[in-house]
Amino acid sequence: MKSRRDFLKTAATGAVLLGAQGKLGLAELLDQHKSKVVVARDAALRSAEGHLDEKRVADLLDRAIAAYTGRDKPVEAWKRIVPVGKVIGLKINGLGGKAIATHLALTLAVCERLQQAGVKPGEIVVWECRRSDLERAGYTISTDRSRIRCIGSDMDGYGFEERPDAFGSVSVNLARILTRECDFVINLPVPKDHSLGAGVTFSMKNMYGVVERPQDLHGGGCNPGVADLNCITTIRDKVRFTIGDATASIYEGGPQFHPEHLWYPNALIVGEDRVALDYTAWQLIDRKRAEMGLPTLEAAGRPPRYIATAADQAHRLGTNDPQRIHLMEV
Amino acid sequence: MKSLLVFAAIIFAVTVVGTGCKKKSLDPFPKSGAVAGWDKTSETRVYAAKDLYQYIDGDAEQYISAGVVSTSTSDYKYQGQLEATVDVHTMGSAAGARKILETGTKDAKPIQLGDAGVAYAQSIIFRKGTALVRIVAYESTPDTPQALLALARGVEAKL
Repeated sequence: MKSRRDFLKTAATGAVLLGAQGKLGLAELLDQHKSKVVVARDAALRSAEGHLDEKRVADLLDRAIAAYTGRDKPVEAWKRIVPVGKVIGLKINGLGGKAIATHLALTLAVCERLQQAGVKPGEIVVWECRRSDLERAGYTISTDRSRIRCIGSDMDGYGFEERPDAFGSVSVNLARILTRECDFVINLPVPKDHSLGAGVTFSMKNMYGVVERPQDLHGGGCNPGVADLNCITTIRDKVRFTIGDATASIYEGGPQFHPEHLWYPNALIVGEDRVALDYTAWQLIDRKRAEMGLPTLEAAGRPPRYIATAADQAHRLGTNDPQRIHLMEV
Repeated sequence: MKSLLVFAAIIFAVTVVGTGCKKKSLDPFPKSGAVAGWDKTSETRVYAAKDLYQYIDGDAEQYISAGVVSTSTSDYKYQGQLEATVDVHTMGSAAGARKILETGTKDAKPIQLGDAGVAYAQSIIFRKGTALVRIVAYESTPDTPQALLALARGVEAKL
């Protein structure tokens, strides 16, 4: 058990990282500090029928954010995370359909807290690659700019940049919602097994949903595609915080919804170091696989190699070294 | 007179063959009420092989490598509560459908459906000819297995 002093020290480190990333850079700070990842759990998050309790989801979010920022009051905590007066994007993951998408209850809780922290409804954009992904995940499309928008990149008036952005092996056309609408993006991915090579899909892989042709980036187990994509300046600079929806997950056969491999970690995974977050999700899925008598992802021939690539000297997106990750389980 | 009969026979044959072809290309999705308790709650969406990633992301790769031609999908609801999705993958050959069905089904229970099929607590997968059908429910209730099986039989009858 950590002392309150230690807790506050590490919590403050997280807040410093968040605020200073643009000036000093995460890579430099990683040389001095551990990357904080918060895993907040609530075993009673669901009813006996398996439905999420919206109130408990909001409470769990508050607990996770409080642990990360060291601020008990949600409004104060959120003010340390997001800039006021800027447009905040919430990039969800809707590809798996309702059961294994970013749950609406979590997205609504984030929207509520953002507004309480001073972000106007018209400055919040909930978005995914396609309108159909949002609808299948249970979201209602809204294009009114005076209210919280919920839009797909494939909708009229949005689309993708004509000029590609490139880094390393990737050259992609980014979603205009990212390049032109949002100043700061909160990533809301879902941790899942990715049975066709990537091994794990979570924080960095969710950025496949901000490009026009993600299918071009799946070669080699998405390595180095995932790492290269996250090094593109707009993604690296704007996608600053992750609230992973680990209330439900798929430990085998993903990323498609396979109910036979569905499980409920009933957790949120929060942080800003996207590599450390993905490493944490990988460990989470591997532990569940072991519990179910399945081989580890490494033994199954699909370790998420892009995580180490993202941490290497050419990418420096964060750390995959467990000794340099401060994991807080609350 | 003889040539007239030959002409009539040709017209008849073309009509029969044409009708046969049409039957094969009929919508495999049961309408609301066609299977007791089930309502079709969305339009049918169709994805060509090259666009399949839009629907199932990285999972598209395994279907493409097995020769998928197109995928049609629609949502259903049972007794106004249990939600499910029906995917009908039209493969280039029966071998392609077999290849997908045989992937990752070791824990499944075999069922008599189409040419072959398996069932889990919340999903059914079966193949019939070049069609590979996957039906997934989003909740596990006592009614789920039987309700899914009834819907699967409704789809099979239309293939």
